[in-house]
Amino acid sequence: MALSQAEVLVGIKEIVEEVAGIPAASIEMDKNFTDDLDVDSLSMVEVVVAAEERFGVKIPDDQVSELATVGDAVNFIVKVSA
Amino acid sequence: MSRRRVVVTGLGATTPLGGDVATSWSALLAGQSGVRTLTEEWASTIPVTIAARVAVEPSEVMERVEMRRLDRSEQFALIAAREAWKDAGAPEVDLDRLGVVIASGIGGVTTLLDQYDILKSKGARFVSPHTVPMLMPNGPAANVGLELKARAGVHTPVSACASGAEAIGYAMEMIRSNRAEIIVAGGVEAAVHALPMAAFAAMKALSTRNDEPARASRPYDKDRDGFVLGEGGGMLVLEELEHAKARGAEIYAEIAGQGLTSDGYHIAAPDPDGSGVQRAIAFALRDSGLTTRDIVHLNAHATSTPVGDVAEANALRLALGVDADQVAVSATKSMTGHLLGGAGAIESVFIVKALQDRLAPPTINIENMDPEVTINVVRDKPRALPAGDIAALNDSFGFGGHNVVLAFRSY
Repeated sequence: MALSQAEVLVGIKEIVEEVAGIPAASIEMDKNFTDDLDVDSLSMVEVVVAAEERFGVKIPDDQVSELATVGDAVNFIVKVSA
Repeated sequence: MSRRRVVVTGLGATTPLGGDVATSWSALLAGQSGVRTLTEEWASTIPVTIAARVAVEPSEVMERVEMRRLDRSEQFALIAAREAWKDAGAPEVDLDRLGVVIASGIGGVTTLLDQYDILKSKGARFVSPHTVPMLMPNGPAANVGLELKARAGVHTPVSACASGAEAIGYAMEMIRSNRAEIIVAGGVEAAVHALPMAAFAAMKALSTRNDEPARASRPYDKDRDGFVLGEGGGMLVLEELEHAKARGAEIYAEIAGQGLTSDGYHIAAPDPDGSGVQRAIAFALRDSGLTTRDIVHLNAHATSTPVGDVAEANALRLALGVDADQVAVSATKSMTGHLLGGAGAIESVFIVKALQDRLAPPTINIENMDPEVTINVVRDKPRALPAGDIAALNDSFGFGGHNVVLAFRSY
């Protein structure tokens, strides 16, 4: 069953808070992982692996570089969960 | 042109006796032991169940998010370096002339082993992308270098239990040779884990006095049975004398010279004739322009192993000659345990404090002095050091036959 955008966003917020220490409340769909949230390339790997585990999806390595914003990640996960 | 002189203008430490220099030093003078019974579940699976963990967990002074990207040894390095840099006045310096030299004997061994557990239990995908920067032995130096934006050079000499002292000597040479004006130098270790402890136990190097943790580390005592593994780190800010004076820095002591030799004898056992140690002391004296008569205090390597303590003591007696009797010898590992690559660094911090306070710290747990040890050991209580210009030596030796002796002078 497809996940909703809202529930994926909640999950991504928690993961980014855990990995990068950014308060969940300040994480929005339009935030850029690198520029706004201080998630560097190594930490992005952590975010991806944690998201895969949490949502039971696969995020291929060649897709990761396309996920610039929180919204990109949320929408991708919603799409592949369908 | 006369040789550039190097002074100590900052100190930092996190040790089994305290989370900073002041707390560690006062506990040391009070003769307290930092050795405890391990409470981890794995401790029951190995023959040694005691160790000297740091008195203040990094989580008490460091943000969670920062901690999770750092090996424990890197956490110790940053904690001690921050204290030392602040103690030096957090000076604005030319970053091209700022260096970092921080050693570790073993590197990020707990990261390596923890990630191997994850690899086996969950698979390759779950191995942390931070693993390599966390386990590399230069990680502590690299992280401190990044924080301070040091650009004169970031280095990590490795010589087992002599690593911390070697790092400080390397930093001194960097300043002497005009590669840098100011350097954060020291050593760290974080190896309290089942595997390294089982490995040291397999060598019969660790004390098995599990039922009396505070009395297990007993250098020079007749019934010593091995060292107690410690963790933590020590840092010194070393600075070119004129650079320190120009910015009005408080100068704690001078690092006057070093002597380095190798035994060429055995991979782990000390050379019983101690010639490598004697030569290192002679080189350190010559390099620093000191004589045996100037030396009033020595922080010995003395780890509490049956063979090592006597070999070193015999070498000291020979190297210091008739002046050996006036040298107050302290074996502070009796209280801190053995910090491996951090040992030479925290002991250098203690020497600088001893020169400043004119107090040699005690050696605890000597109930029956080994009759083969004929040097002048400071027992039970601190001993006053003379007024005037005084100097002290720091001995550090490592598996592999590495001998490092640092010479410090009051300023």
